[in-house]
Amino acid sequence: MLVVAFVSFSLFNFVGDPINNMVGEETSDEERAEIRETLGLMDPIHIQFTRFVVNASKGEFGISYQLRRPVSELITERMPATIELVVISALIALISGTLLGVYTGINRKGFLSDIILAVSLLGVSLPTFVIGILFIYLFSVILGILPSFGRGEVVDLGFWTTGFLTISGLKAIILPSVTLSLFQMTYIIRLVRAEMMEILQTDYIKFARARGISEKSIKYKHALKNGLIPVITIAGINIGTLIAFSIITETVFQWPGMGFLFIQAVQFVDIPIMSAYLVFIAFVFVMINFIVDILYYFIDPRIRVKGDVSSG
Amino acid sequence: MSFLKINNLSVDYRMRKETVYAAKNVNIDVNKGEILGLVGESGSGKSTVGNAIINLIDEPGKVSSGSIILGEINIHEDPKNIIKYRGKKIGLIFQDPQTSLNPILTIGEQLIETIQTHLELNNEEAKNRSISLLKEVGIKDAESRFDNYPHQFSGGMRQRVVISLALCCEPELLIADEPTTALDVSIQSQILDLIKRLTKERNLAAILITHDMGVIAETADRVAVMKSGNLVEIGVTKEILTNPKETYTKSLVSSVPPTNKKISRFVIIEKENKNNKENNLKILNRWTKKEIMKQDLVQVKNLSKSFDDNFFTESSKNSVMAVNDVSFEIKQGESFGLVGESGSGKSTIAKIIVNLFKPSSGDIFFDNICITKIKKNLEMMKFRKQIQMIFQDPYSSLNGRLKVKDIVSEPIKLHNPSISRKDLDNYVFDLLESVELIQNSADRYPHEFSGGQRQRISIARALATQPRLLVCDEPTSALDVSIQAQILNLLKDLQEQLNLTILFISHDLPVVRQMCDRIGVLKDGKLCEVSNTEKLFLEPQHDYTKELLRLMPKIESIYN
Amino acid sequence: MFQVDNNTLSAWGRIKDSDIYYSFIKSPTAIISSVILFIIFFCSFFVELVTPYNPFDPSSLSLMDAFTPPSWTDDGLAKFILGTDGQGRDMLSTILYGSRISLIVGFSAIIFSLILGVSLGLTAGYFGGKYEMIVMRLTDVQLTVPSILMALLVDGIARGLISREMHDEMAIYVLIFAIGISEWPQFARVSRAATLVEKNKDYVSASTIIGVSNIIIMFKHILPNILRPVLVIGTIGLALAIIAESTLSFLGVGVPPTTPSLGTLIRLGNDFLFSGEWWITFFPAIFLVILAFSINLLGDWMRDTLNPRLNK
Repeated sequence: MLVVAFVSFSLFNFVGDPINNMVGEETSDEERAEIRETLGLMDPIHIQFTRFVVNASKGEFGISYQLRRPVSELITERMPATIELVVISALIALISGTLLGVYTGINRKGFLSDIILAVSLLGVSLPTFVIGILFIYLFSVILGILPSFGRGEVVDLGFWTTGFLTISGLKAIILPSVTLSLFQMTYIIRLVRAEMMEILQTDYIKFARARGISEKSIKYKHALKNGLIPVITIAGINIGTLIAFSIITETVFQWPGMGFLFIQAVQFVDIPIMSAYLVFIAFVFVMINFIVDILYYFIDPRIRVKGDVSSG
Repeated sequence: MSFLKINNLSVDYRMRKETVYAAKNVNIDVNKGEILGLVGESGSGKSTVGNAIINLIDEPGKVSSGSIILGEINIHEDPKNIIKYRGKKIGLIFQDPQTSLNPILTIGEQLIETIQTHLELNNEEAKNRSISLLKEVGIKDAESRFDNYPHQFSGGMRQRVVISLALCCEPELLIADEPTTALDVSIQSQILDLIKRLTKERNLAAILITHDMGVIAETADRVAVMKSGNLVEIGVTKEILTNPKETYTKSLVSSVPPTNKKISRFVIIEKENKNNKENNLKILNRWTKKEIMKQDLVQVKNLSKSFDDNFFTESSKNSVMAVNDVSFEIKQGESFGLVGESGSGKSTIAKIIVNLFKPSSGDIFFDNICITKIKKNLEMMKFRKQIQMIFQDPYSSLNGRLKVKDIVSEPIKLHNPSISRKDLDNYVFDLLESVELIQNSADRYPHEFSGGQRQRISIARALATQPRLLVCDEPTSALDVSIQAQILNLLKDLQEQLNLTILFISHDLPVVRQMCDRIGVLKDGKLCEVSNTEKLFLEPQHDYTKELLRLMPKIESIYN
Repeated sequence: MFQVDNNTLSAWGRIKDSDIYYSFIKSPTAIISSVILFIIFFCSFFVELVTPYNPFDPSSLSLMDAFTPPSWTDDGLAKFILGTDGQGRDMLSTILYGSRISLIVGFSAIIFSLILGVSLGLTAGYFGGKYEMIVMRLTDVQLTVPSILMALLVDGIARGLISREMHDEMAIYVLIFAIGISEWPQFARVSRAATLVEKNKDYVSASTIIGVSNIIIMFKHILPNILRPVLVIGTIGLALAIIAESTLSFLGVGVPPTTPSLGTLIRLGNDFLFSGEWWITFFPAIFLVILAFSINLLGDWMRDTLNPRLNK
């Protein structure tokens, strides 16, 4: 976390001269020095860094060069849109990905498995933005049943704006969330499938067969439980990746979330927004890793119960 | 009428080039209350027969013909029905207890599930039955261990759990596929005793699949010998081991190192060595032979090694002492044996002597020079030349991406960079000849050779630097017994002709007895005793040595 | 007595005899995808020979030809098989030129990350200790940061550091660096894991005992033995790199429109999607998908063949 904070601070500090970005060409040198002073840019590096960390922990990242509004305000405004999108996509990707992965892992040679696998390979080959464009063309341009951009009507709950409460909001989230989840879903299918196939080859599955345990129990109890352990890790990485890929989806569908904000920031070298976004992402990743570790502890007995081999 | 009758069983594997018969027209019968030993070298099809009985053959293999009659019923008549017999009528035990149990289910869950699959018992009854079973196979505190996960048990205990799982529904036939190969000698004898006891008590028909003639001699009532998918001979164990009729059985029996006496060479029956023992090896022309003096070549002084890994693991306090204050000497020209079970530190000592590890404390003197203190690389090279090693696993000890020629010539070029191309080739040929490999082996890749041939290549590579000390770390334990005999013969011949000093490391007491002049016994990193070979076997001093000798499976036990 | 059969196989004979060759000629998907890839590679790299038009030569362009639909539609012209774009450029030629840029970026990025990742992974696995810990922590951190985000960041920083005029020239190198730096952890992880396995094999110990130096052991003995998994990752990584390139270009932070890659073409065409000129975005997108799909098919086949454990 601190590392990321430092990186984003360095971004802030060393990439270009922020003053140049903030003021026009005609500003005099004295004026520049004055702004520099008020921004505290003359202080030694470590003091600046401490200030940055303190401010960041309070959620203050300064003022956007480009939009001339406080970054924290921009982020809170955009955050609900991104989070709603990511959560819906994560659910779609995880649930359908795991189900299909288990199915194809268990029924290795079926016709349906072959189809699912071919489609999933195609899914890995389809860039998210191409899927988005195809969807827009199909559902918005040709069929005209779903909106191609924006969030639809949103309900303001004070601290949160949600699209879940209106029909247009729900309609608007379908295309972006499906688009976003497809790429991840195909990944999960393939990972879960490989995992299931590997487990079905292990000695303990063979031993269970030799004991006459029914195929149903072997597949859905013995193999599935072991197979689902890595899914937790996948799910963790998955959410992180979804946030990153939401940048693309938000651009294609002009979804008013943080990713869209970020991509504009990159194009205009709007450092405060970039570093704030980075800190936010880092925070999310750290949280996810933490949760994944805790989940492992509860699910995998090999971690939970320390070996007590001595009594052998 | 036998309880189990295997009639004309054949198993095929359809490969892309040909169909491989893993078993061909095998006829075996087993009675109740007896243990049938199924013995053979790797690839003989012995495990295939075991798996075929319950129709559990890996793809693309399949049972192509034959019938399995259990009691009165042909259980292979309807392949769909076989699942009813698995676990219920037939219990199977696999080789490796580490991987046989599902790691995320408790042993109780696994037992109860198996019991309830076959018997109509409620949870309470199934649990009681499981606990009494666990007690029967010798697990203490069965009630509290019931809810433990497999990783909380040691290897031997886990194999007991596996046995209890195989027996939990009172099968009448027990098939044990190399049940003790992954275990140490002391645990091996416990598990074998357990199987013997259960067979008698429960009046089971048992099939014990193994490669170990000693185990057969001590456990099996009758024995079936298999070779390349065919049944060679079947009969009462004593009869087969003492008076084999078939040539193959004879050679198999004569290859087994006797435990009660020392023989000079193994008799190789099947393939007679077209030996060049009389005419000198060409390699001798190149060899600068050092005369054997009555001196120590190696002195190991107060050697200790502890492994505490990096600072990831906080538990550096309880770091393991792999080697603990070990001292011994190896005289010039002798074979010194180090024996011990897994984890005794014998391989660690070998690796310190060849300078793969640095000792934590203590020193090693080679030719009266302390080699553990050498810092300079150049200085070290002089000793690297003189100490070479042969490894256990013939598959991993050769780089599969290099031709044999390149493998054997690498050390020559390194220590003699100016050697001419032609001379180098001849040198390689001479080395290959010395290990009884033909010249055109040089242009092949390791995967084209069998395990025994690979081990010969390893020896050729080790000889390339003209070493004085050859460290052999379990050089034959991955090999079949007939190949082992050939390799041991070769090592003896080379030692004699090249004045080599050998440090021979093994867990296999009979082999050590054949190979070594003096022996050191290791336990948990400590040296128990060092003694002349015959003295050690006849009058062991240390309790642990006595224990090891008592538990070692003896092929001669059949005479008693 | 240790006679092995006498006919030593030639190198080609060895290849023909190998299981890999056998599995290749038995797998229609592997053959078809390699043929497609060969055609695409050939046409892209020798594009001057294949197409009659140079879409970047302004004198050959005529605005009169702009927005010509594909040749099989009513308004199509036979000389523009896939139609033309808004500036009258022939779509097919433009796509091939674009695919050359995409392939160059993809290959360079993957080679860059392969060299970086393998050398770090190999040395980390071989030497172990704190060095290994630092390298692996680094890959862990970077693996949690999704590659597209990483690439965006690098690009953003580069924009800040390089002046705007310079940027268009440097864009392609920045892009290669950005994608390459985001893919290397995969290679590092795989090659470290493989090195750990190889390092513990006895042939490495044997070489050490003989006195072979660390560098020679690493590069002569270990490297050839870990190349298989690296190659699989590399193939799949190539598809990912090409997708990443097009995604970045689509977002407008990749290669500049003056030398458009496939992603740039899709972005430019996207503006015309709603006005009915679907082919301007559709064909580059399809081309990209076919390219990525073929590479993935080949990679998938490679993984199944080179990893026989799952393929029993």
